[in-house]
Amino acid sequence: MGAILRAIEYVYPENKVTNDDLSLQFPDYDFAKFEEKVGIKNRYWVRENETALDLAIKACEKLFLRIDKDTIDYVLYCTQSPEYFLPTTACILQDRIKLAKNIGALDFNLGCSGFTYGVSLAKGLINAGQAQNVLLITAETYSKYLHPKDRSNRAIFGDAAAATLISSSDIEGIGEFMFGTDGSGYDKLIVKNGGGKFSFDQAAPEIVYGTDNTYTDNHLYMNGPEVFNFTNEVIPGFTKEILQKNNLNIEDINQFVFHQANAFMLNFMRKRLKIPTEKFLIDLAEGGNTVSCTIPIALKKYSETIKNNQMQSIALVGFGVGLSWAGGIVKIDRRL
Amino acid sequence: MEDFLDAFVEILDDTDRSILLAETIYKDLDEWDSMTALMLIAMFDEKYEKKITGNDIKEATTLNDLYLIALK
Repeated sequence: MGAILRAIEYVYPENKVTNDDLSLQFPDYDFAKFEEKVGIKNRYWVRENETALDLAIKACEKLFLRIDKDTIDYVLYCTQSPEYFLPTTACILQDRIKLAKNIGALDFNLGCSGFTYGVSLAKGLINAGQAQNVLLITAETYSKYLHPKDRSNRAIFGDAAAATLISSSDIEGIGEFMFGTDGSGYDKLIVKNGGGKFSFDQAAPEIVYGTDNTYTDNHLYMNGPEVFNFTNEVIPGFTKEILQKNNLNIEDINQFVFHQANAFMLNFMRKRLKIPTEKFLIDLAEGGNTVSCTIPIALKKYSETIKNNQMQSIALVGFGVGLSWAGGIVKIDRRL
Repeated sequence: MEDFLDAFVEILDDTDRSILLAETIYKDLDEWDSMTALMLIAMFDEKYEKKITGNDIKEATTLNDLYLIALK
């Protein structure tokens, strides 16, 4: 007995923002060069009255066109864009999409490591006999946290939601997962105000940082160089540990699907790990960095290339805000 | 220093090597942005096997300041 990834559906908001759109606001910046280096052409942002839960519901509705929702007995909802401080967004989702009432449902707060955490948690629930069909949601609207004048982050982050079904199975399709945490880097990627420690401050002053970017403590702040240093120092070695734990070598992996942060950064790690380009997914052009949604979106797209139900071993690695990282191996042989 | 400037110009696309001097204030270069900052970190790592932090970049003003970090 084991657990497998059975299906993934995802949605972007309707509001598409191209690099040309951004260059109207930031005319002095070379977005052609940005596109070449970072790999992003478009990102999608919710409109003011649209939330991450709205996106999550749309992703679920797509999934339920081919999955019987009455079979779902557990919801893991990963977000840093909850509807409220309380109640739990997963509870609202249960009612809005009319899932059964005798199910488990909880939110967990992680960013770019959220999907890989969720897969591992779902595997644990299934293999412990606590659940049969786990609905893993990742839903994020970082656009709501971005300062209007924060060019770098507005160029990088996009909104999205993904709904993934993980089910019990005769074979084990989810391998060993590993985790890492370093809270000393908590302020490298942060929205400081509005939580328990610091109230939202109407008069928060604008702060200029990095290269002519502006934010306030009510908005998202990212120390790009430090996040880059963290990933370079930690993630290549961590990826090797995941392979060792699963008794696999780089050659045994059909595809590496890392969190899609930035194409330059991903290729830098790819070279360090000596992974050939054809085995290393880069999927940033369409939606940008959608936080916990990048891996399920990229994985779904990759699964569409699988031919003749050839079993594929895929390494998933998520890393970012926290600082937090998690990864492992999944096996799939069909379109998700 | 010349070696360092040769490496630095590699992370830029449209900047002429001849304008890069030890005293150049690199953050005033048209092409300097958050992406070139990441490329600088990568260059330090690959060429000098040195880690340059966000704070180092914040505090350095001229290319010579960066060069001194590479020599450390």
